[in-house]
Amino acid sequence: MKKSFDWKKFISQNSIWLVLIVMCVAMTILSPSFLTKANITNVLMTESIIGILAVGVMWCILSKGIDLMPGAMVALTSVVSASMVQELTYSGRMFPNLPDMPIFIPIIISMLVGCLFGALNGWLIAYTKIPAFIATLGTQLIARACAQLYTNAYPVPTLKANFKFLGQGYLGFIPVVVLIFVIFVVISGFMLTQTRFGANVYAIGGNDQAARVAGINVEKNLIKVYVWSGFCAAVGGVLLAARSGAGNSSMGLNYELDAIAAATVGGTSHTGGVCRISGVIAGILILGVLKNGMLLLGISAYLQQVFKGAIIILAVVFDMRKNAKKN
Amino acid sequence: MSEYVLEMLDIVKEFPGVRALKGVEFKLRPGTVHALMGENGAGKSTLMKCLIGIYHRTAGKVIFKDKEVNFNSVIDGMKAGISMIHQELSPVPMRTVANNVWLGREPRKGMIIDKKKMREDTIALFKSLSVDLDPDELMGNLTVAQQQMVEIAKAVSYHSDIVIMDEPTSSLTETEVGHLFRIIRQLRDEGVGVIYISHKMDEIFQICDEITVYRDGTYVGHDLAKDTNVDELISKMVGREVNEMFPKVDCPIGDVILQVENLKSGKQVKNVSFDLRKGEILGFAGLVGAGRTETVETIFGIRRKDSGKITLRGKEVTIKSPEDAIADKIGLLTEDRRGNGIVGIRSVADNTVLAHLKAYGFPLNHRKIKQDTDEFVKKLNVKTPSNDQLIMNLSGGNQQKVLVARWLLTNPDILIVDEPTRGIDVGAKAEIHTLITKLAGEGKAIILISSELPEVMGMSDRIVVMHEGEVTGVVTRNSEQWSSEHIMGLCHGEKE
Repeated sequence: MKKSFDWKKFISQNSIWLVLIVMCVAMTILSPSFLTKANITNVLMTESIIGILAVGVMWCILSKGIDLMPGAMVALTSVVSASMVQELTYSGRMFPNLPDMPIFIPIIISMLVGCLFGALNGWLIAYTKIPAFIATLGTQLIARACAQLYTNAYPVPTLKANFKFLGQGYLGFIPVVVLIFVIFVVISGFMLTQTRFGANVYAIGGNDQAARVAGINVEKNLIKVYVWSGFCAAVGGVLLAARSGAGNSSMGLNYELDAIAAATVGGTSHTGGVCRISGVIAGILILGVLKNGMLLLGISAYLQQVFKGAIIILAVVFDMRKNAKKN
Repeated sequence: MSEYVLEMLDIVKEFPGVRALKGVEFKLRPGTVHALMGENGAGKSTLMKCLIGIYHRTAGKVIFKDKEVNFNSVIDGMKAGISMIHQELSPVPMRTVANNVWLGREPRKGMIIDKKKMREDTIALFKSLSVDLDPDELMGNLTVAQQQMVEIAKAVSYHSDIVIMDEPTSSLTETEVGHLFRIIRQLRDEGVGVIYISHKMDEIFQICDEITVYRDGTYVGHDLAKDTNVDELISKMVGREVNEMFPKVDCPIGDVILQVENLKSGKQVKNVSFDLRKGEILGFAGLVGAGRTETVETIFGIRRKDSGKITLRGKEVTIKSPEDAIADKIGLLTEDRRGNGIVGIRSVADNTVLAHLKAYGFPLNHRKIKQDTDEFVKKLNVKTPSNDQLIMNLSGGNQQKVLVARWLLTNPDILIVDEPTRGIDVGAKAEIHTLITKLAGEGKAIILISSELPEVMGMSDRIVVMHEGEVTGVVTRNSEQWSSEHIMGLCHGEKE
């Protein structure tokens, strides 16, 4: 069997990468400081944390749901992890009597917190059948309130150097955060295309009734989806604390919206059942380059939001028209 | 003025691959109640939908009040004077009765809705129909019968010349039916032409003046109700001999594999018992709403079982979900292909392997998935440009074949097929029939639900007939009772 490569299909499926390339070229021409190592590294580091949230949240959207909790979860796990990795020499430690412990313990505890909240989301959505929007709006409020209660809304500063390394360090010339983002992309992509879980979630998002009749345990899979999203958000929170050298209950505000926007721009359909990891990566980078580009060009922060909003809307309009033509 | 308020002549309606109406006629006199009768799929509903503007007819003429008309939407039809009361009412439950009656055409004073007038108009309207309802009550608090009255009042408020009622009594109690009939007679006496669609023989003879019968999208005949009787009507509705297009091959029938005793689930499945043997095709006949689909859904674990015993291969089993059913080697090709069959935006390949994903390991063996899809697409003659094609772009018949492939891939011992040929073209239909027969020949046990009597009779070894959630009879091929008239009688609730 000989197959000629279908260029037309390839381009139509990856048109979003073309948009990204065009944007990058335009920026290179418009601003000499865009295509520098320092700037590109900065963009990647900034977007990695949002990116990790996005590869979690995209599963929820794929399953025809949504997750509004990640931003608040970032706040919660930033303070949970930070509270246990403060320098022992620092006098204002949150738990002055806490013995020294390896940093993986607070990290694992944070991940568990994320999974627990995710499981709660999944359970609410799968079993009480309340809309995902409502369920995760509720847990968003709860998670952020937990972060504030935990710290009395004080920041948790002066973290250990080996913890901060996760957010600030480099392996060779690659920032650790970016590396972790790449690992999450690979895991998410692998689950999506190479496992039964991925196939199940595609089917649930496409037609949950059909999925059920085909013997798929819809409830169990939905819980897994939200646990994964909660887990991703927890990791995002840990990394943000490491990156900024402190945990803070006000961190991660609106991060979930950026993550949802990235997944949406990347072609994840809110009617469920459609999602490509490559699209989501492009979506994250497009929003990142846009933000960075406008900053470099000195466009006002308020106007930036206008562009961002317009791009998200345009992306969905374009995507829907493309799909409408197909039918 | 002609003697008819409505004449529909040589109406043809084609859907892709199906000719639902093949040039039928219908004539309605003002001031009469006119029954439309026929089996499921005879074309009654299609004809009415062509009339009120839900469908556009392919050919033919509609003459309404001496003028040729062509409605583009239901609103057009209502404004002209044709109202339809659907079997499934669609009220706005959280608004008042008055709001529902005047929805979209509320009386106004300038920009503002004139609530007082709306209320008074509603009261006057109800009074003229002797309906005792509070216009301020929330629609959602009304019973189905009361909601229906509101719908009828709404039709009257449009000064309709024609009111169409599709199975209006299906969820009414006897007293409520009496009340409905009183209003229907009142409408009739005021000169309204009422079109009455129902399967209930006794009601037809109680309320209707004229009867028109359809079969397979063709016009069979027209009678005055007083000149005909139940038997004559049934034989007209069934009409044909079961034709020979069904490839029934006698094959050895083995042991009982599935035994269902006193199955109950909700209101739809009241008391169902039957058994199924290896190599047997067990037909399920009945009218729409007889509870056949609900019965197999209960067996398959989609619906909760209230009580009853299911014995599989001699052992009692509890099936709580389709997952359990599939593990017990049962497959269910559902009736609602789009609703719970295909995953439209996924590919042919994804849809084919959906129920069999467990077999492809971790990570998924994509080569094996491709192999299996190729094999079954070829075996079942699915016409698709490629296996990556989205299934929603395939024709209904090919979608159905993919779904059959999905279940064959799981290699079930029992395959339940619910309306397997509904809405698919003749060619694919014959292929599916051949396939089902072949599967039975391989020793699989088949349950075939079909509302097309010829299909059920052409394919089955035995037929379980259901009526309103209960089994009214089991008829064996080549027995004395094996006649369409007898089975049709059982469908209408005549017990053996």
